[in-house]
Amino acid sequence: MAEAADTPMEEGGESTKELEVAPALIAVNPSQQSVVVAVGSDLRVYDLREGCAASLVDESDKSFHKDSIRAIRYGVNGKLLVSAGDDKLVKIWSTDSWHCIGTVSCEKRVSAAAISNDGHYVCFADKFGVVWVVNLEEKDGTFSLVNEKAAPMLSHYCSIITSLEFSPSGCYIVSADRDYKIRVTVMPKRPLNGAHEIHCFCLGHSEFVSCLDFISSPDFQEGYLVSGSGDSTAGLIDSIEREEEQFCAVTDLCVVPNSTLIAVAIQSFKGIVLLSCNVSAKSVSFTKVVSITGETFSPTCLGMSSSEDLLWMVMGISKLPGLDCSSLVRVRAMSGFKRISEGEPIMLEDNEMPGGQKLLEKLQGSVSIEESVYVAASEALKKAMSKLLIKKHYSVENRETRKRTRNDKKFKQ
Amino acid sequence: MVDKETKTTLNKTTGLPRKRFYRARAHSNPLSDSHFPIPLFPSQFDYSQHYPHFFPASSENASNKKIQFADIGCGFGGLLVSLSTLFPDTLMIGMEIRDKVTEYVKERILGLRATNPGQYQNVSVVRTNSMKYIPNYFEKGQLTKMFFLFPDPHFKEKNHRRRVISPHLLDEYAYALAVGGIIYTMTDVEELGEWMKGCLEDHPMFETLTEEELKADPVVKLLSSATEEGQKVARNGGQTFRAVYRRITPSQ
Repeated sequence: MAEAADTPMEEGGESTKELEVAPALIAVNPSQQSVVVAVGSDLRVYDLREGCAASLVDESDKSFHKDSIRAIRYGVNGKLLVSAGDDKLVKIWSTDSWHCIGTVSCEKRVSAAAISNDGHYVCFADKFGVVWVVNLEEKDGTFSLVNEKAAPMLSHYCSIITSLEFSPSGCYIVSADRDYKIRVTVMPKRPLNGAHEIHCFCLGHSEFVSCLDFISSPDFQEGYLVSGSGDSTAGLIDSIEREEEQFCAVTDLCVVPNSTLIAVAIQSFKGIVLLSCNVSAKSVSFTKVVSITGETFSPTCLGMSSSEDLLWMVMGISKLPGLDCSSLVRVRAMSGFKRISEGEPIMLEDNEMPGGQKLLEKLQGSVSIEESVYVAASEALKKAMSKLLIKKHYSVENRETRKRTRNDKKFKQ
Repeated sequence: MVDKETKTTLNKTTGLPRKRFYRARAHSNPLSDSHFPIPLFPSQFDYSQHYPHFFPASSENASNKKIQFADIGCGFGGLLVSLSTLFPDTLMIGMEIRDKVTEYVKERILGLRATNPGQYQNVSVVRTNSMKYIPNYFEKGQLTKMFFLFPDPHFKEKNHRRRVISPHLLDEYAYALAVGGIIYTMTDVEELGEWMKGCLEDHPMFETLTEEELKADPVVKLLSSATEEGQKVARNGGQTFRAVYRRITPSQ
C-alpha cells in the first residue's frame, strides 16, 4: 500500500496502462535553432536552422522511448537535449548530429530532468524523490557520457519532484516537489559524491509546486527564483516571503529572457497571463492577460529561446479516450514581449511561425485539427495533470482493502 | 450498561497518564500521509500553544526563544522529561508519528507541569512525520541537539530507505542543526547501529566526537538511562550501539 501511495502511476490492481495519458511537452533550443515536442513516447524535433524535420538516430540497445516522456530539456549551451519518462530511461541527445549519445537506466519512472549550465552533468529525478546525476565530458565541442551508471545526489523524501532547475550561475540546483516544497541545494565540486549542503528551503506554497524558472539579472548573479503552484499562485521567491498573484492551478511558467516578465499558463485557461516582477521591491503584479481566440487552445507547456522574442506553447495529450487512436498536439507561438509597453503580445498565425507549415506538420503530426478534438483533449488534459500533480488520497476503509490486495511486486520488464 | 468504576487515564497519585491506556503498535508507516496539520513554514509554528509560559497570549512578554533540542521519535517522552530539568532555559520538542503515544506524552507533560509549578514549561510534543517535515518546523541552523534513539530498524533491505537515518535525510538534519550542533543516535540492533554510524561517518557535514567530549557531555548517559526503550534494553541485558556526531562546515 505504501508503494501504491508513492507511485500513483502504478496504483490499482487493474492495469491502468491503457488509460495512461501524458500531456505534451515543448522545449526550445536557447538560440532557437530547433524546437522539440514530446507527446506520449514520441519525440519530434524540427530543426529550424536546417529548415526541416530532424531525424533522431538512436543506436543503443534500448532505442527511443517506449513509454510516455515526462521531461524534455535543452542545456543552456544548446548542444544537448535530454528526454526522460515512464520507460525509466534518460536519453541524452546531441543537437548537432541528433544522435543519442547516451542512455541512462533508472529504477523508477523519471519525473523531471535538467542539464547543468556547462553541460557536464545531467540530473534527473525518480518517483522516489531521488535526484540522480550522470557525468558528461566534452572534447572539441562534442559531448559524451562518461559512465552510464547514475549516482544519487540528493532526495526529497518520498515526494515526487516536478521540476529541476540550475541557477543561472550554476552554483545551485533547485528542486520542487508535489508536497509543496522547494529545496535549493549547493552544487558541489563533485556532484557524483552527493549534493549535501542545503542552501535553503522555499516554503509557503499550500499545494504542489508545478514549475520553476529564474529571472536573470545583471545586478544579482544568482538570479531570482520564480515558482508556480497548484495553490493558484505564481510569483517571486525570497526564501520565506513570497510575492504572488492568484488564479487557478498553474501548469507551467516561463520567464521572458532579458526581462522581468513571466508568462504563466493556467489550467484550462485559453491564453497566457503575463506577470511583471519588480525584483528590488520584491513584488509581482499582473501586466496583461492575453486571450487566445479562435480555437480552444489552452497551453500546458511553454518554452522560449534566450534570444528570440517568441513564446512557444503546446497543448497536447498522448491519447484521447473515445477517439482512442490519435494523440493531439497543437503548437502555437506568441510574439511581442519586447515592446510590451506599447501593446499586447500577439498570437502568430500558422504561416507566420518560424518553420511555418513544415514545422507544424512535423511537431503536430497534422496541420489542421478539429474543434471537437480540442474540447475532448481539454477534458482529458485536466484529468491527466491532476493525476500527475495531486497525490491521491484514499479513505481509511479503502486503504485497508487495498492493503489486502498488494500489488507492489516487481513486474516483468 | 456495565457500571465500571471510572477508569481515569491518569494515575491518581502522580497525576500522570497510565501507559496502558496509550498502548500502540511499535511500528507506524512513515510513508503514508496521515492527516495531521503541519505548519507551512517555521514561523507558522504556534509557540504559544506549546510553551504558554514563554509565549503568553499577550505578545508583549513573548520570548524570542526558538526550539533548540528535537527528539525525533520521542516515544513515551522519557528523554525529554530528563532533559527538561537539565536545561530549564532551553526549548525542546518531541516529534512522534504515533497518535496515541503523542497523546500520552502530551498528558505526561501537562501532568508534570501541574505537579511541579514552574518546571517542564520548556518541553512539548507534536505529532508529525519528521522524515518529511523537518524544514517546516525548523529554520536553517536552529537546532543545537537532535536525538534519534532506538529508531525503527526496517530490517529488510528494500525498506532501508525508510530508515530515519539515511545519507539523504542527513542533508536535512544538517540543515536544521547549527554548526557545532550535536546529533545523538542509539539503538540496540547492531546492524542498524553500524548503518547509522556509517551514514554519519560518510557524510561530509558531520564529524565524530572524541571520547573526552563524549565523557564530558551530560546528555550522553541519559541516552540509555532516560528513555523507556533504553531501560528495557538494560533490563534485558542487551547491548546498545551509540553514534554521536557534530555538525561541521563541509570542507570544499
